Amino acid sequence: MPADLVIRNLQVSVAGKPILRGINLEIKQGEIHALMGPNGSGKSTLSYALMGHPKYQIEGGAVLLDGENLLEMPADERAQKGMFLAFQYPTTIPGVTLANFLRSAVSAVRRARGALSTSVSESGAKREMLMPMREFRKEITQTMKDLEIDVGFARRYLNDGFSGGEKKRVEILQLAMLQPKFAILDETDSGLDIDALRIVAEGVNKLIGPDLGALIITHYQRLLDYIEPHYVHILLDGQIVESGGPQLAKELEAKGYDWVREKYAEPVA
Amino acid sequence: MASVTEERVEVGAIKGDYQFGFHDTDHSVFRARKGLDRTIVEQISGMKGEPDWMLDIRLKAFDIFTQKPMPRWGGHIDGIDFDDIYYYVKPADREGRTWDDVPESIKNTFDRLGIPEAEKRFLAGVGAQYDSEVVYHSLKEDLQNLGVLFLSPDQALQEYPDLMREYFGTVIPSEDNKFAALNTAVWSGGSFIYVPPGIEVDVPLQAYFRINSEDMGQFERTLIIVDEGATVHYVEGCTAPTYSSESLHSAVVEIICKPRSRVRYTTIQNWADNVYNLVTKRAVAYENATMEWVDGNLGSKLTMKYPSVYLRGEGAHGEILSIAFSGKGQHQDAGGKIVHAAPNTSSLITSKSISKDGGRSSYRGLIKVTAGATGARSKVVCDALILDEASRSDTYPVMEVDEADVSIAHEASVSRIQEEQLFYLMSRGISETEAATMIVNGFIDPLVKELPMEYAVEMNRLIELQMEGSVG
Repeated sequence: MPADLVIRNLQVSVAGKPILRGINLEIKQGEIHALMGPNGSGKSTLSYALMGHPKYQIEGGAVLLDGENLLEMPADERAQKGMFLAFQYPTTIPGVTLANFLRSAVSAVRRARGALSTSVSESGAKREMLMPMREFRKEITQTMKDLEIDVGFARRYLNDGFSGGEKKRVEILQLAMLQPKFAILDETDSGLDIDALRIVAEGVNKLIGPDLGALIITHYQRLLDYIEPHYVHILLDGQIVESGGPQLAKELEAKGYDWVREKYAEPVA
Repeated sequence: MASVTEERVEVGAIKGDYQFGFHDTDHSVFRARKGLDRTIVEQISGMKGEPDWMLDIRLKAFDIFTQKPMPRWGGHIDGIDFDDIYYYVKPADREGRTWDDVPESIKNTFDRLGIPEAEKRFLAGVGAQYDSEVVYHSLKEDLQNLGVLFLSPDQALQEYPDLMREYFGTVIPSEDNKFAALNTAVWSGGSFIYVPPGIEVDVPLQAYFRINSEDMGQFERTLIIVDEGATVHYVEGCTAPTYSSESLHSAVVEIICKPRSRVRYTTIQNWADNVYNLVTKRAVAYENATMEWVDGNLGSKLTMKYPSVYLRGEGAHGEILSIAFSGKGQHQDAGGKIVHAAPNTSSLITSKSISKDGGRSSYRGLIKVTAGATGARSKVVCDALILDEASRSDTYPVMEVDEADVSIAHEASVSRIQEEQLFYLMSRGISETEAATMIVNGFIDPLVKELPMEYAVEMNRLIELQMEGSVG
């Protein structure tokens, strides 16, 4: 049975300022949802709150992954349970190579899911909990090739000096290797030229299938030309004001966000 | 018999995560009474059967030690009670040439520290000091045949008195500072290395210093002479049991880099956090010689140590890589000094410090360019990482430049672990502690990369141990 991610009346504030004012959304594994909205509508807040960023204060509501309350878990536990966030602005970690980082991450996640065979250790206890090097190298090399990432990047410091497009491809690389149940793609299309957009979208499309539920957050229609969503939602002032099929995104592209604003403008008190 | 030995090895009161805090029951063969006076100095020299000139040097140094006031800068050292210290503890009757010659419980200690294993795998020679004396020394036969010397300075004094007399105390005279004077008065053990002209020792020589006794003062003395065009890499490591009272480690290291030689001296200091570590290290580099200090300070209660290079020949190059990690109750006052005293000399100081759980890391550095040292180039880069509000980092850079035709650069940064970095790593399933450890290891990675692989692994492992437990 596919897992589901249920968001019920989620209210979130940042630095005391209410941003999300009651979000309701259900995503099943295998479904692609697009969340569109103008700047400042709360799109990134939703992605950070779902992943567990401590700066985003939960004021009310619930988020359940397969019935388990995500809001009580720190970010690492959420990732282990199957959540993933592709960041709009991936952070640079100087001195930590992409390969070392990703090996630790993949090991932590697979360990938690019982999908890491514990081999006999030579030295420290830490080692035995890591995915075997050969196996990891094989997997990362293949995935990098698929995403047209220079395999030399594995030895580079994480996101250090990467171009915008390289950072986004590396986010998708992580998505591919961490194999989450639910992935949030936070404006993955922003800052990408048309070639990079195509590569990233193709990468995501390869991962789409019955095991992945995706929430694609975007400002524009153009990513949805490559990744066909099952559902489209429009976020305005911290609430989902409209939901529909793929045609909703096209309508939005044609009419612009002003149309939504006018339609859902709060009545003057 | 084996069971008797078993009983003797006991685990001391281990505090925190320091895994080297165990100690042996004392079975030293001789122990001078506590405290320091002329009689103790004479007793140490007499027991070693030293020539009169060395006793003279010791006694003069003792006078200088008593006359010099305690330093009033750096860390707080008033907690040192000079009357409550054993200045000389002899652990064994003689120095072993094989590990079988070493008393069993002492050998067990070094086994636990992994020294014989490392020797087999990647070292050209090993010295092991336990309290006041070197208990084991080895050097690969091919290096012996090339005329390389690696022995304790006590033995060097017996076997190569002319070399000792020519160089001992020439780089760091007793007058230099109070603790250099103290070391010169009561020194025992350490390393003596001589590399003949043109000989390249391409695998490291390592010395390991272990304090075992409580209320111990360890005063090893190291003298390294690298002749023209020769190279050597020397590595030292150190640990001690965790006792409730403090121990004192006060070493002096003198290095002479003759023209075109290359010397690298790597320290991974991991004393227990009850040890005062007050060390003077200095090298002189002549024409086109290169001297590199790689100085990692993770342990001790207080470390005051500023490895120095005096660039005395044209084209000489000095480099200092300093890594300091201060945890709870620790103060690392580290850094380095470079003196440009010849034309076209160059230097680089890179310092990376980490402060955690109320620890304090200080960078204290001096760049000096004397008149006439035209074309001198120097760069200093200091980066500090502070892990929490309770911890502290300071930078005390001093520049004294008496020459116009020079190029000097200084960069400094202080940073904290960013919430965004922690969140990013945690969002990939990595725990908070592991994430913070990764960020810290990443911070020092540019320096750790300079270490031979085995030591880089060791350094990362020690950082992991320091990082375990409290974060946030």
